[in-house]
Amino acid sequence: MTAARTPEIAGVPPDRRRAIVVGASSGIGAAVVRQLAREGYAVAALARRAEHLDALAAELADEAAAAGGRVVTRAHDVSDTEAVPALFEELVRELGGLDLLVYAAGIMPSVGEDQYDTELDRAMIEVNLVGLVAWTNPTATLFQTQRDGTIVGISSIAGDRGRKKAPVYGTTKAAMDHYLESLRNRLAGRGVHVCTIKPGFVATAMTEGLEGLFWVVSPEEVARQSLAAARNRVTVRYVPLRWQAVGLAIRSIPSFLFRHLNV
Amino acid sequence: MSEENGQAVRSSFEHVPGWGGAVGANSRVLRPRSVEEIRACFELARREGRTLGPRGSGCSYGDASVNDAGHVLELSEMNRLLDFDTETGVATCEAGVTIEKLWKSILPHGWWPRVVSGTMFPTLAGALSANIHGKNNFAVGTIGDAVREFDILLPRGELVTCSRDTESDLFHAAIGGFGMLGIFTRIVLGTKRVYSGDLEVRAFANKNLREMMDYIEDHKEVSDYLVGWIDCFTGGDALGRGLIHDARYLKPGEDLAPEETLRIEHQELPSKMFGVLPKSEVWRFLRPFVNDPGCRFINAVKYWMGRVEGMGDPYRLSHAGFAFLLDYVPNWKWAYGRGGLIQYQVFLPADVAHDVYCEILRRCQDARVVPYLGVFKRHRPDPFWLTHAVDGWSFALDFRVTDAGRERLWKHCDELTEVVLAAGGRFYFAKDLVIDGADVRRMFPPDRLEAFLELKQRCDPEGLLETTLWRRALRPE
Repeated sequence: MTAARTPEIAGVPPDRRRAIVVGASSGIGAAVVRQLAREGYAVAALARRAEHLDALAAELADEAAAAGGRVVTRAHDVSDTEAVPALFEELVRELGGLDLLVYAAGIMPSVGEDQYDTELDRAMIEVNLVGLVAWTNPTATLFQTQRDGTIVGISSIAGDRGRKKAPVYGTTKAAMDHYLESLRNRLAGRGVHVCTIKPGFVATAMTEGLEGLFWVVSPEEVARQSLAAARNRVTVRYVPLRWQAVGLAIRSIPSFLFRHLNV
Repeated sequence: MSEENGQAVRSSFEHVPGWGGAVGANSRVLRPRSVEEIRACFELARREGRTLGPRGSGCSYGDASVNDAGHVLELSEMNRLLDFDTETGVATCEAGVTIEKLWKSILPHGWWPRVVSGTMFPTLAGALSANIHGKNNFAVGTIGDAVREFDILLPRGELVTCSRDTESDLFHAAIGGFGMLGIFTRIVLGTKRVYSGDLEVRAFANKNLREMMDYIEDHKEVSDYLVGWIDCFTGGDALGRGLIHDARYLKPGEDLAPEETLRIEHQELPSKMFGVLPKSEVWRFLRPFVNDPGCRFINAVKYWMGRVEGMGDPYRLSHAGFAFLLDYVPNWKWAYGRGGLIQYQVFLPADVAHDVYCEILRRCQDARVVPYLGVFKRHRPDPFWLTHAVDGWSFALDFRVTDAGRERLWKHCDELTEVVLAAGGRFYFAKDLVIDGADVRRMFPPDRLEAFLELKQRCDPEGLLETTLWRRALRPE
C-alpha cells in the first residue's frame, strides 16, 4: 500500500481535520461526508439509518484511506438528546479531537393545505431544532475551551419568510438562523466560527416529486460551497448565491401582498 | 452519573489546557459540590477504569492540572467561605475558594492573605497543592506556612484532618504534593492584620543583576515585599538590568482613612482602559509585540520608564494593585498565539545564584531564545516535602512557544536544566513543563521523593489520582 497523500487545503492543516456530520445518511449530509473523507478528514457520520451509513463508509473506505482519512459511523436518532453528551465524548476521543461539526439532519414531511398535525410538527421541531441544539451545546463547550473550531448548520431559504405552505418547517429554519447567529456572536471572541448555510432547491429525497422547482443544485455542489464558505469564515451563505437576492426581495414584500402569493 | 447512590456530579467534556496554553487535553471535567460528590467521582473513576486529575482554576502554567489519560476533577464549585474570625484573622474555607474570594471577604475587616500569587484566580486547593509563594516568600514563606489545618479526602476513602501536629507527614507532603495524595476539602489558614488598604511602594532601577541582588539582600529585613523584573535582552555590563518594586505595610495611623482604602472598590483594578476599551480585549493589542523585536522594545521601554519611576518618591498602591500584576491585562497569555508560552522558573541556592543566572541569561542570548519576561525573587526554605523553595533566589523566564520553535526551545531548556541541577538548583511544578523523572530524582534528596511515593501508595493504592505532570516527572519508573 502506498503512503496516504493528504490533499492541501488552504488554512486547514492535516492535523486539524476531524469532523462530526449529523444527518449523514443521505442528501447534503452524505455529500459532506464524501467530500471530507476525500480530503483526508477523520469523519464521524451519524444518522438514524445504520445500513445507509455502512454503505457510505464502505463506498468511501479506499478513497478516505488514500487521503489519510477515515469514516466512522454511529446509528443515532437526534431526538434522543440524552444520548448526545456520552456519544459526543466517545466520538471526539475516537477521532482524536474535533475541528468541525456539520449539522445536516432535517426533515420536511409533506403537510396538506388544511392539515394541522401536532405530532408531525413536533417531529420537525425535534429533528431540525432540538437535535441541533443538543449537538451544538457540547460542541460549543469543547470549541470555546480549545479556542478553535467551526460549526456549520444547514438551514434553508425556507426560513426567510412565513410561507403558507410549510409553517413549522419554515419556523424551524427561521429559528435555526436565529440560533446560529446568536451562537456565532457568542463564540466569535473565542476563536470559534459558526456558519449558516441556506440552500435553495437541492436534488435530494426531500424535494423528490415536488413541482415548480428551479435552480436545483446537487447535494455535492451544496457540500462544496458550504465547506468553502465555512473555511472562508462566511457567516451566512445562500447556495447558490443568487438565492440571496431572492431572499432579500421576498423579505421586502409587504405582508398583505405576500399572503396572496403562492410561494 | 452515579445513579446508584442518587448523586449526579456535574460534568462536561472540554479542552483542558495548562495556563500557558502549551499543553492541554480533551477531558471530562467533573465538578463536585460536596465531599460526598468527590467520593462519587472516585467511584466513577474506579468503575470506568480511569484516572482523575485534580484541578482548581487551572492556573498552573504547565501540565500540573492536565490529565491526558483520564478525567479531571475540578474543585471550583466548592467555593464557600465557611468561617472568618474577624478577631484572630483565621479563615475556614471550602477548598475551591479562590484567593480573590478570600481577600475580598477579609480585607474590609482589616485582614489580607499572608501569601498570594501574582494572580488572584487560583483556588486554595490549587495553591496548597503547588505550595505557592508570593513576593514576600523571603519573609513569610509559602502558603503552606500560613495553613493551620486542612481536611483531605483520600482515594482509599477516609477524610483526614491534618495539621503540623496530627498527621504531620500527610500535612507536609500534601502541601506541595500536586494533588497526588488526596483531594483537599476544607482549609484553615491564618491571615495578616493590615491597617490600610494600601502599601507604600518604592521603585529602584538596577543596572545589572549584582545591583538587584545587593538591593534585595540589603532590604529583606525591612521590606515586606520585594520583586525584581529583569530585561532579558540586554547583555554586557547591563546583563540583568531591571527594576525592583519594594513595598511595606503601613503602620497604624499612617493611613488617615483606612476605612476608605480597605473598601473593595478602592482595590479593584479598573475594568476599562482609558475609560473606553474593555480590558478583556486588550490582549489583542499586545499580540503584534509578542515577538523578539517587539519584546526587546517593550522591555527597554519598561526599563527606562522604571528609571524615571525610581527617581520619584515612594507612592501608595492598593494591595490588589501591587499583588496581582498578572491580572492587569486579562488573558494576556492569548497574545502569545496558538503555541502559548512556558515559564521556566529556576530556584538556586544563594551562594551560586548570581553566577549561574548570568550564565543562563548569556546562554539564552547566545542561542537567541530570549525570555520575553523575567521575574526575580528571594526565597527561604520551608518544611514541605516536595518544596521548590530554597535559601536563595528564583528567576522565572517566560518563553514563547511556536510550532516551529517548540523542539528547539525544549532542547534549550534541557541544556539550562543541566546547568541548574549541577549547581544544586530546583524547579517548581506549577510552572514547569520540561523536566523529566531523571531530573526530578536529582533535584530532591533521595529519601524525600521515596517517602512521598510511599505515602502516595498508602493514600491512593489504586493509583486513581494522576495528572500528565505525574506521568511525566513524578511517577516511579
